[in-house]
Amino acid sequence: MSRQIEFVQGNVACAKAALYAGLEFFAGYPITPSSEIAEYMAKRLPQNGGKFLQMEDEIASICAIIGASLTGRKVMTATSGPGFSLMQEALGYAVMTEIPCVIANVQRGGPSTGLPTHVSQGDVNQARYGTHGEHAIVALTASTAQDIFTLTVDAFNFAETYRTPVILLLDETTGHLRERLEVPAADGIATVGRLKTTVSQGVDYHPYLPREDGRLPMSDFGGAHRYNVTGLFHDMWGFPTENPKIVYGLIRHLVDKIDHNADQMARWKEYYIDDAPTLLVSYGAAARSALHLVENRRKRGEKLGLLELQTLWPFPHELVREKCCHAQSIVVVEMNMGQVLQQVKLAVRQPEKAFLANRIDGELITPTDIQNIIHVIQGKGV
Amino acid sequence: MSVRDYLRERFFPHMWCPGCGHGTVLNALLRAVEKLGLDKSEIVMVSGIGCSARISGYVDFHTMHTIHGRALAFATGIKMSRPELSVLVPMGDGDALAIGGNHFLHAARRNIDLTAIIMNNRIYGMTGGQFSPLTGYGCFGTTAPYGSVDHSFDLVELSTSAGASFVARSTTYHVIELAGIIEKAIAHRGFSVVEVMSQCPTNFGRRNQAGSAVEMLETYRKQTVPLDSEAAQTSPEKIRRGVFVEKKRPEYTEAYEEMIRSATGES
Repeated sequence: MSRQIEFVQGNVACAKAALYAGLEFFAGYPITPSSEIAEYMAKRLPQNGGKFLQMEDEIASICAIIGASLTGRKVMTATSGPGFSLMQEALGYAVMTEIPCVIANVQRGGPSTGLPTHVSQGDVNQARYGTHGEHAIVALTASTAQDIFTLTVDAFNFAETYRTPVILLLDETTGHLRERLEVPAADGIATVGRLKTTVSQGVDYHPYLPREDGRLPMSDFGGAHRYNVTGLFHDMWGFPTENPKIVYGLIRHLVDKIDHNADQMARWKEYYIDDAPTLLVSYGAAARSALHLVENRRKRGEKLGLLELQTLWPFPHELVREKCCHAQSIVVVEMNMGQVLQQVKLAVRQPEKAFLANRIDGELITPTDIQNIIHVIQGKGV
Repeated sequence: MSVRDYLRERFFPHMWCPGCGHGTVLNALLRAVEKLGLDKSEIVMVSGIGCSARISGYVDFHTMHTIHGRALAFATGIKMSRPELSVLVPMGDGDALAIGGNHFLHAARRNIDLTAIIMNNRIYGMTGGQFSPLTGYGCFGTTAPYGSVDHSFDLVELSTSAGASFVARSTTYHVIELAGIIEKAIAHRGFSVVEVMSQCPTNFGRRNQAGSAVEMLETYRKQTVPLDSEAAQTSPEKIRRGVFVEKKRPEYTEAYEEMIRSATGES
């Protein structure tokens, strides 16, 4: 069989991957720089018998996909910063009710309306902490169309496996950049289907009673079992409760099911890190510039390395500690004021050796920008 | 099947105050469902937040208690995914028309086959009596201690102009009429709106000298008239009850299925 090579935007790679992963339902609201995902879905989903809805706002969009997911569909929405802000309450509802869904946030400059057509990575902490209350979340990112494809499939797989919303933190540069994509064969990447209950009709089904492995089989809403779903703290039947033991148990379950599986969800790439005294840590569009610099300097004998993170949440602290253990200085390259740097400092043994190479003016950080900052860190001046 | 079979008795006693009208709405709703002969498993109920929203816990349907104001958006996702299900969306006046006003307008515009039952008690009851978009000019709430300067929506006119293809109003005094209207609303193909005037003696009545629950019900009897009655002509100041709109308009899920057939080249 011939290989399927395409030349596409990152946003389109994301949309294609979602369909590959089994997406059946998409609801969204137009917003730059994510709209190409909705446009692709509007065209393709009805052809596949799926549903695309353009809702009245981002709040309605995420609510509609959560409703559709509960009936047994794989679902997604896509947005950018302002829309992602609007989605936060419903995101918490999906966390609390454990309804799988994927939310792509193609980041742009913020706060507020910010820079609609410029790049930023300012929503890393919002992805983690944006909705209220104690919880855990999964957020993935990627730097190339090919990796966006792979990570989007991962996002759907994690959403189903852990019954959680998963956030795809893309950015304006990778979202709009056109490049080569090799679409994997149909069985090229494993996809995870919904885990459905084996309890037959007429037998008591407990929608919120985890199995021994912590997973919660679902029953399609509107199908064999009638049950209640609520954003209130709830018991195994899905009924509201204020019983402190049950409240404690549920919040532990919501946090532990993500944190205890952080290793399974860790995705990263590494380049020349074993002998690099100066190690760059980066992700998304910034990692492209970081990699370019690393490869250029290697040709001149300078030992730079790169750890490219693809799973941002749950943050892979142990992985970062291990990969950074031989580096004399760690330079986190990102387009914000150090949101991932904070986590890297928490992870490494000597946080004073972790530095920030950033750009926050809406322009893509360049290899020269990074090189200049490395020179300053090394005491060589600009 | 008796009405009792539609209840989740283990969820009782309910949390509504003595004299609250919402239990009467539940009663009328279940009688309508019984009359239609719907199976419990064919019905989804999606609610938001507030006293009204708690109705979803008490019924043995597929029930989803969501977030404030967004019930119609969740319900739209469910209905689009499973058009064969009957989807009922009970809401309060604040839930449907303040925080959820935009979703309400757009659900009506799409004419998606959902049954919106707005339990209008003119107040935010669960949070203790703050004024709502239907409290009315000059009426009192904890956040309108000098009388509200906000004017109300007319829910019937609002729904009609937004495109709802079934629009009706009744009260908790007129229980038999109410059950009949809800029955028609559920059977209707398209977006149906039923406004139910439902008394809140605790938080509206007390602050507005409306009297006890019984007196508030008595007011519903005196101050409302059937839409097509002579009294409606002679007493235009009174609130009209009945079915205001019942028309055929293309329904959203059906139009979408048609679009899928066209996209896949089947039609």
